Amino acid sequence: MSKKSETDFLKNLGQYEFDFRNPDTSVFRSQRGLNEQVVRQISAIKGEPEWMLDFRLKALQHFQQRPIPTWGADLSGLDLDDLYYYVRPTEAEGRKWEDVPEAIKDTFEKLGIPDAEQKYLAGVGAQYESEMIYHSVQEELEKQGVIFLSIEEGLRQHPDLFRQYFSKVVPVQDNKFTALNSAVWSGGSFVYIPPAVHVNLPLQAYFRLNIANIGQFERSLIIADEGSQVHYVEGCTAPLYSTHSFHSGVIEIVVKKDARVRYTTIQNWSTNVYNLVTQRAKVYENGTMEWVDANLGSKITMKYPSCYLMEPGAHGEILSVAFAGPGQHQDAGGKVVHFAPNTSSKITSKSISQGDGRSTYRGLLKVFPKAEGSKSKVVCDALLLDPQSRSDTYPYIEVDAQDVTLGHEATVSKVSEEQLFYLMSRGLSEEEATTMIVSGFIEPLVKELPMEYAVEMNRLVQLQMTGSVG
Amino acid sequence: MSELVIKDLHVSIEDKTILKGVNLTIRQGEVHAIMGPNGTGKSTLAYALMGHPNYVITKGDILLNGESILDLKPDERSQKGVFLAFQYPMSIPGVSVANFLRTAINAHRRRAEPPQEDISVLEFRKLLKSKMDLLQMAYSFGGRYLNEGFSGGEKKRTEVLQLATLEPAFAILDETDSGLDIDAIRIVSEGVNAVKGPNMGVMVITHYQRILNYIKPGFVHVLFNGQIVESGGEELALRLEEQGYDWVREKYGQAEPA
Repeated sequence: MSKKSETDFLKNLGQYEFDFRNPDTSVFRSQRGLNEQVVRQISAIKGEPEWMLDFRLKALQHFQQRPIPTWGADLSGLDLDDLYYYVRPTEAEGRKWEDVPEAIKDTFEKLGIPDAEQKYLAGVGAQYESEMIYHSVQEELEKQGVIFLSIEEGLRQHPDLFRQYFSKVVPVQDNKFTALNSAVWSGGSFVYIPPAVHVNLPLQAYFRLNIANIGQFERSLIIADEGSQVHYVEGCTAPLYSTHSFHSGVIEIVVKKDARVRYTTIQNWSTNVYNLVTQRAKVYENGTMEWVDANLGSKITMKYPSCYLMEPGAHGEILSVAFAGPGQHQDAGGKVVHFAPNTSSKITSKSISQGDGRSTYRGLLKVFPKAEGSKSKVVCDALLLDPQSRSDTYPYIEVDAQDVTLGHEATVSKVSEEQLFYLMSRGLSEEEATTMIVSGFIEPLVKELPMEYAVEMNRLVQLQMTGSVG
Repeated sequence: MSELVIKDLHVSIEDKTILKGVNLTIRQGEVHAIMGPNGTGKSTLAYALMGHPNYVITKGDILLNGESILDLKPDERSQKGVFLAFQYPMSIPGVSVANFLRTAINAHRRRAEPPQEDISVLEFRKLLKSKMDLLQMAYSFGGRYLNEGFSGGEKKRTEVLQLATLEPAFAILDETDSGLDIDAIRIVSEGVNAVKGPNMGVMVITHYQRILNYIKPGFVHVLFNGQIVESGGEELALRLEEQGYDWVREKYGQAEPA
């Protein structure tokens, strides 16, 4: 090993790359914990219409009544009374990076966002703590009627469109955390793509937590009108703290007739973050929804992107990659509900467990009686890197229709000594060899990503592997 | 002048002794054939030389240019110029032949003394094409996942492609001829000949003589019961081809059941 790579190796050993923090420059912070007053405060600061405040307060009630779910990952370490539910980082949202306060701009520069925006994105939204601090979209797209705003601006500038779709895909009562998000939501994107408009470059949103003990509750609403196409990408990071932070988003997507939406997440929260997210799309006639969901970071993630196939010909696809390193539990998967005839879906899940990391595939495939002639395929593959790692599979399948084509495959494999020996005999170190096997394992998924994200994904996997082989 | 010296090598797998004192010296530019009936330790010798963790050296030494390599891991041995063409290469799903070879080349370059820059994409493409031409392989091979769904012949050819690309000082070919038809043996052998040049030492492990029609050995050894019992020139290989191994068994006793 050369001197340089040796020092790099030692430097990276067990280190989380995005563990830097900037001073807390927030202009407002709600008290710790959650009550009606906090909800009223959030709504007042945002200057919301009365109906939204009512919506929030009802949701709060529901949240308070609902018990913490116990069917999935262990949430007993999550102290909901210890969190700040709303932290306002700055007074205004920028349309240019120059308008963003220095400390916050510095963060996003370190994350390479403005640079990526120049090179290969159609638009960028950036959220810091509880608010979007930046939103910008190419002028050309704006002229075509594309709307890409923070969710707050969406509500302010397009109240009717907003109200028509808001909370129609994910109801408040869906689960405890959708109720929580509905009560305290802040930040997220509002996207509308007019009929037949194809947005060729991705729109990207980036979520960053800076201070400790914060809860981030972004809420996004994406509407793809008939025959339109869009690819939305989100990334997320946070510094490492010894105490927990919490991220609980709700993403609602409407894919109209013949439209196509791809939503890609590269989740790389620090390992003190609880990440409980509800993502759902309703897909109409011959529309296509694709979720590409990569979960690398966080302490615990519970996330099952879902497609509701509402009309004939609708197609849903979920590609899920989870990497659970030491101390992490990735409880991920996907959910597809076939409501209409001749709908089709595919769920592909690839999970990797390392150290005492645990990855769980949890999936639901439901086919209602009316959904005759539907097709679905579920494939889940798990890779275990060592004897301490763990993988579980919970594939729930409920089919109530006739004439349905269904496929289900599941594999669990281990990195074999013989594979390692083979690769090492060609000069690769044990770590390089293991990384190569892992990269190969997720390759079928990575090749679906645009080049820049594929490169980033491979880099993150390599980073995850650094120092993992003793 | 580099040399690989195997000295009184004893090797065990799971407490069973397979090699019981092998002595052999291979100098750069020499071709040695190791022949012998099945189950006499030929592959064990190959694995032990490459440093498989399950093959325990209980006695003896392996010296590369006078230095013991017993404490070196397989990747370190590879860096020093030892190469093993596997009898049964592993498949690595999702990793293309080209990607793998480039990673291997760069692994070598980064650890060279002094360290070298990574190979450029262009330079690598040129190198890969020239080596594929040598082995009469279609360029599309580079995009296929390593050994995944390969036929026996394709796997062996890919091993030799790796040999050609990494250009080691010492190459061990572990039954590279097994499972190949006569045309494939010719192509693979011609590839090895083109690669080896005057600087590479080669150990050809084989059950049959026919590969030796193409890769001409200067030295032929018979491995039996964990020891080299006969050494000679090409005539020894021809004798084995004509008479089989019965005379070896008669002269040196029955092989222990594996």
